[in-house]
Amino acid sequence: MKRSGKIEEKIFKVLMIIATYSILAILAIIIYTIFAKGIRSMSWEILTQVPQGGYYYGKGGGILNAILGSLSLAVGATILAFIFGLPVALYINVFLVRKKKLVTMIRFILDLVWGIPSIVYGAFGFSMMILLGLQTSLLAGTLTVTLFILPIMIRSMDEILRTVPIGLSEATYSLGANKSELAFKIFTRQTVSGIITAILLSFGRAIGDAASVLFTAGYTDNLPNSLMEPVATLPLSIFFQLSSPVPAVQDRAYASALVLTLIILLVSLFSRGIGKRYHKTKINF
Amino acid sequence: MYLLNRSQRHKVNYTWMIISLLLVASLPFLLFLGLYLKSFLLIHDYHLGDLLFSKVWKPGSGKFGFYPFIVGSIWVTLLAMLISAPICLLTAIYVTQYTRKRFLRIMHPAIDILAGIPSVVYGVWGILVIVPFISKFVGPLFGVETLGYSILAAALVLSVMIIPFILNILIEVFRTIPMELKEASLSLGATQWQTVKSVLVKKALPGIIAAFGFGLARAFGETMAVLMVVGNVVRLPKSVFDPGYTLPALIANNYGEMLSIPKYESALMFAALILLAVSLFFNLVMHFFIDRYNKFAS
Repeated sequence: MKRSGKIEEKIFKVLMIIATYSILAILAIIIYTIFAKGIRSMSWEILTQVPQGGYYYGKGGGILNAILGSLSLAVGATILAFIFGLPVALYINVFLVRKKKLVTMIRFILDLVWGIPSIVYGAFGFSMMILLGLQTSLLAGTLTVTLFILPIMIRSMDEILRTVPIGLSEATYSLGANKSELAFKIFTRQTVSGIITAILLSFGRAIGDAASVLFTAGYTDNLPNSLMEPVATLPLSIFFQLSSPVPAVQDRAYASALVLTLIILLVSLFSRGIGKRYHKTKINF
Repeated sequence: MYLLNRSQRHKVNYTWMIISLLLVASLPFLLFLGLYLKSFLLIHDYHLGDLLFSKVWKPGSGKFGFYPFIVGSIWVTLLAMLISAPICLLTAIYVTQYTRKRFLRIMHPAIDILAGIPSVVYGVWGILVIVPFISKFVGPLFGVETLGYSILAAALVLSVMIIPFILNILIEVFRTIPMELKEASLSLGATQWQTVKSVLVKKALPGIIAAFGFGLARAFGETMAVLMVVGNVVRLPKSVFDPGYTLPALIANNYGEMLSIPKYESALMFAALILLAVSLFFNLVMHFFIDRYNKFAS
């Protein structure tokens, strides 16, 4: 009995080690595949030019339209989500701090909204677009992506704001401050690094998602120049190039995938670094 | 120095907070209402049962059977869970019970990166690695001829994509179990493994179920990566090596064509409505489990 228990433990321990290291190995394989395939077809031309005539049949050009399109869309959506998101997160943690049930309810709704697949946002954005008589455009894409990253932004800020100690609020009130001053002047300063992390996380989501922009942002070979015109995005550019039967175009899709992966890795590296840097403004209790 | 005085500024801030909050809180209802109104054209003309269980998909002649897509989605999702769930559970137990804290510091960035990789990049990886792996290795191993673009390929890619979601929740669940519980079990003479098996896992069960449920909901709605490797053939799959079609892929693939036929557009919005309903339902149920877990844990 005792011996069989020991054997069981050994077997499971081996399985656990295999499982853990296989996750790390898969991550390494993914990163390696994307880098190895992408670097081979990476060139200066791809990064700095827009697609020329016949690009999707192997003629010259690059994906600058998609890089700039994705950046402008993701930056716009992140800013909008921040404008609507920060007040909500602050409201929950400053104004409703004593109404536990209501806060639980709001967090619950936010978690529900977070779980909704991005393609549903895409479909919803599309139907709203038609209702308002809009065309596929940078504006429609940005608004849809804003809805999609809003719960992510709020919940990640909320997790940080929750950690602000009650003593800080009491000290602020005792100096005669009102609630919105406490929220926008004290809470935001206390949690700068966490707020920046939340922004970067949302930005990463915004730039990487394809399903929500598929219907709403459209696609174009031109650089983004107006809110009301379609805009190219990196995920869709990868997808379209990969669907081409021409191998040279597929190779460029791999290079584009490398560009997108690099952006994501940079953002995540950046947000890790920031957590350490902005401790100066933080009061420790 | 300021345009407004203190109490005016307070009022502006307060109003803006309330507006934002109402916008966000009404989002799930808005989504539901919008998609419902859009798919009304279809729901009005057909029986719900016919839509969900009919096998014929011919939008041109007005036949909208979602059954192949629903079955495809369920196959892909369940298979992905079957692969992912044991790996995540074993890993979560290992990193929280058998390693030092330092190891978590390696694991956390790895999980974050896995979670951050865009789904289209997972799709590219699937086409480059998983699809050839199935057509050249797994297929012949089972004596099946396959192109590689299959239910299995989608499930494999998907299983990797949901690992970070499930694992993060599981690690959190195991970390919140009170230390005393473990110590009590160990002091009674139980071995580490006996403690894990009959105390920790039992205690964490609602949390584990919730983690798997959240992963399931995530997997069900995943679009681009699945679309790129699943094959996109409208028929009922007979084995995991057959190509299939999923609900999200249906929506994403046909957005260009749908505009010419009003009912077609309505049908795609109905597909989105199904996805929304499934996602909301699963998340609701799993929150119930998490709540129960939190009550017991504290």
